Amino acid sequence: MEPQQSLRRRLQTLSKCVCDGARLMVGQGDYAAYAAHIRQTHPDQAPMSELEFFRNRENARFGVGNTSGFRCC
Amino acid sequence: MGTAIGRHGPWALVGALGAAALAIVASQRGETINALWIVVAAVCVYMIAYRYYSKFIAEKVMRLDPKRLTPAVRHNDGLDYVPTNRGVLFGHHFAAIAGAGPLVGPVLAAQMGYLPGMLWILAGVVLAGAVQDFMVLFVSMRRDGRSLGELIRAELGTVPGIIALFGTFLIMVILLAVLALIVVKALAESPWGTFTVMSTIPIAMLMGVYSRYIRPGRIGEVSILGFVLLMLAIVGGGSVAASPVWGPAFTFTGPQLCWMLIGYGFVASILPVWLLLAPRDYLSTFLKIGTIVGLALGIAVVAPHLQMPAMTKFVDGTGPVWAGGLFPFLFITIACGAVSGFHALISSGTTPKLIANEADARFIGYGGMLMESFVAIMALVSACVIDPGVYFTMNSPAALLGTTPETAAAAVTKLGFATTPEVITQTAADVGEHTIISRAGGAPTLAVGMAHIISSAIGGKAMMAFWYHFAILFEALFILTAVDAGTRACRFMVQDLVALAVPSFKNTTSWGPSIAATAIAVGAWGYFLYQGVTDPLGGINTLWPLFGISNQMLAAVALTLCTVVIFKMKRERYAFVTIIPTAWLCLCTLTAGWQKLFSADPKIGFLAHAERYATAAAEGKLLAPAKNAAQMDQIILNDRIDAVLAALFIGLVVAIAGFGIAACLKAWRADRWTALETEPRLAAAE
Repeated sequence: MEPQQSLRRRLQTLSKCVCDGARLMVGQGDYAAYAAHIRQTHPDQAPMSELEFFRNRENARFGVGNTSGFRCC
Repeated sequence: MGTAIGRHGPWALVGALGAAALAIVASQRGETINALWIVVAAVCVYMIAYRYYSKFIAEKVMRLDPKRLTPAVRHNDGLDYVPTNRGVLFGHHFAAIAGAGPLVGPVLAAQMGYLPGMLWILAGVVLAGAVQDFMVLFVSMRRDGRSLGELIRAELGTVPGIIALFGTFLIMVILLAVLALIVVKALAESPWGTFTVMSTIPIAMLMGVYSRYIRPGRIGEVSILGFVLLMLAIVGGGSVAASPVWGPAFTFTGPQLCWMLIGYGFVASILPVWLLLAPRDYLSTFLKIGTIVGLALGIAVVAPHLQMPAMTKFVDGTGPVWAGGLFPFLFITIACGAVSGFHALISSGTTPKLIANEADARFIGYGGMLMESFVAIMALVSACVIDPGVYFTMNSPAALLGTTPETAAAAVTKLGFATTPEVITQTAADVGEHTIISRAGGAPTLAVGMAHIISSAIGGKAMMAFWYHFAILFEALFILTAVDAGTRACRFMVQDLVALAVPSFKNTTSWGPSIAATAIAVGAWGYFLYQGVTDPLGGINTLWPLFGISNQMLAAVALTLCTVVIFKMKRERYAFVTIIPTAWLCLCTLTAGWQKLFSADPKIGFLAHAERYATAAAEGKLLAPAKNAAQMDQIILNDRIDAVLAALFIGLVVAIAGFGIAACLKAWRADRWTALETEPRLAAAE
């Protein structure tokens, strides 16, 4: 059973990696990592909700004054 | 000894295989060659370069330190600065650097045959392009992920910083104009393509509403929805084109499309981002990555033969697709697949803020650019698998070919690439277009090549028209995304630049400055776009070299910065790593710029061209395409503006190189380290 489980674990890791990669390509970082980071380093603050985080990242990519959404030729 | 063989032995085999493949590619004469040899040669070169050269740069020049804290770790906020898995970050970085450039440049360069282009793509990426991306990433990563403009200001001084900011704006304008021109050239007189591309606007808006109000944040879901609608739009486009009512309604001339794009660029860049820009970004990004993977698989499975000769007689500079000799114009034409200055903006953008470990920079910076170069190799293969007669029919200017299959076939045959009117008519019918004559700009040619390869694997000839329009859509989609994202970026740059004189202009939340800045940005690229669309030589002839010069020039600027940093770190014995590509790029851009200005050949030199028209105008004569005296004056003015631009680019390279040399000398004379890195003390692991 052992090798099968580890294969499954690996496939899960891979699919998470692909999904995270695809999201980051369009400027959406990892929400779970963000929330964990805030809870750990700023226990007094409430992290943004998942939706707020999504909007925040959308604006950070293309929003006013920001050029990081600029693509190459 | 034994371990050395164990360590280097497999790489020696890779090297031998690569050398053998290169020998086969280079020595083939008179017969067609299988594209896989090119792919194998390229992959072996990349592997060796990555294993040895990038390692040398990482260890000796940069001394990357896996223990040193990166900006992502030190400033971790879960948002902009996040330590990210290197595979994930590689995808992000590659998606940001890959665009239309590496696809179009090699297609245009194919007029000289596949060999010169292939050799420059490989040599350029290994010694210049990947070095630039990697070095800039390193420099930015050691400085809290600051941007190229800020880095130049900090390491070279305020004046070079402002020059570079102004230069970047000019480059951006030319880039947007040339990208928009590619779309216009691909969609003119093509109801199928126009319908498909236009339908991306309502599709994106639908997706925007969906991900704003219905199921927010579900990118995967909304992208699949969008993709299905896109495929339906391609299929629907076929019916639209065939319809006697809708076909003509979606048939537009170049100038009409040009005005539509200008209007679109203006509106799209002030609309809320969630409505149009963000959702179309999902579509274009995923479609781009998917299509690149698909094309790689297609080439591997189909293993097509290249029809284009290794070298054509046009290496002497008499080619119809673009004017100018192999040196310097080949190196200008293939910009992005070999070395692209724009990557310096990305490598000093979001990527350095996300690197978890310094050692990852090698894989992401150097490796990412190798991947981009591979895309360029695939584009070159796609352009070379189609019949050279068809290639030159599609890419030569209408002034040479006339407008009927008969005149075009005669003209192309006279160029030395035998073809018949039947072949031209049949190819147009296969891809579902009215005509393929003089469809310059690279995108249609690439689409025919891709349709040829993919339809050999899936769907056969019956699916060729579908794949052709799929390829057009794929290119148009990410070009349009670049046009609105770029117009926004330009607008902010205008606001920054004007704010140097009028500080209140920087207020990005008030409407007045925003609209004024957007109008300046759109007006600037719109002017060059219109000029390109109405150019009798096809526009690409004029604009692509200007774009290439500006892009390579930005690379020279970025590499100058890297050289200065190497000197400031007191590692000048390794400075050849950046000095060689900088010198080569300066040589190419300055020679090309000089020829564009002063060449006596009106096909190459802007001033000679203006002179020819001015002389004719003074004698009261009209030269095509001008139909009256006002148009003659317009052409003369266009030429002179292009000449001023070329002169500005030359001035910019010379100025930055001068500041760079001065900074290097100063750092060389200093008896200690003078680079302005974040202090190692702060970056040391606890």
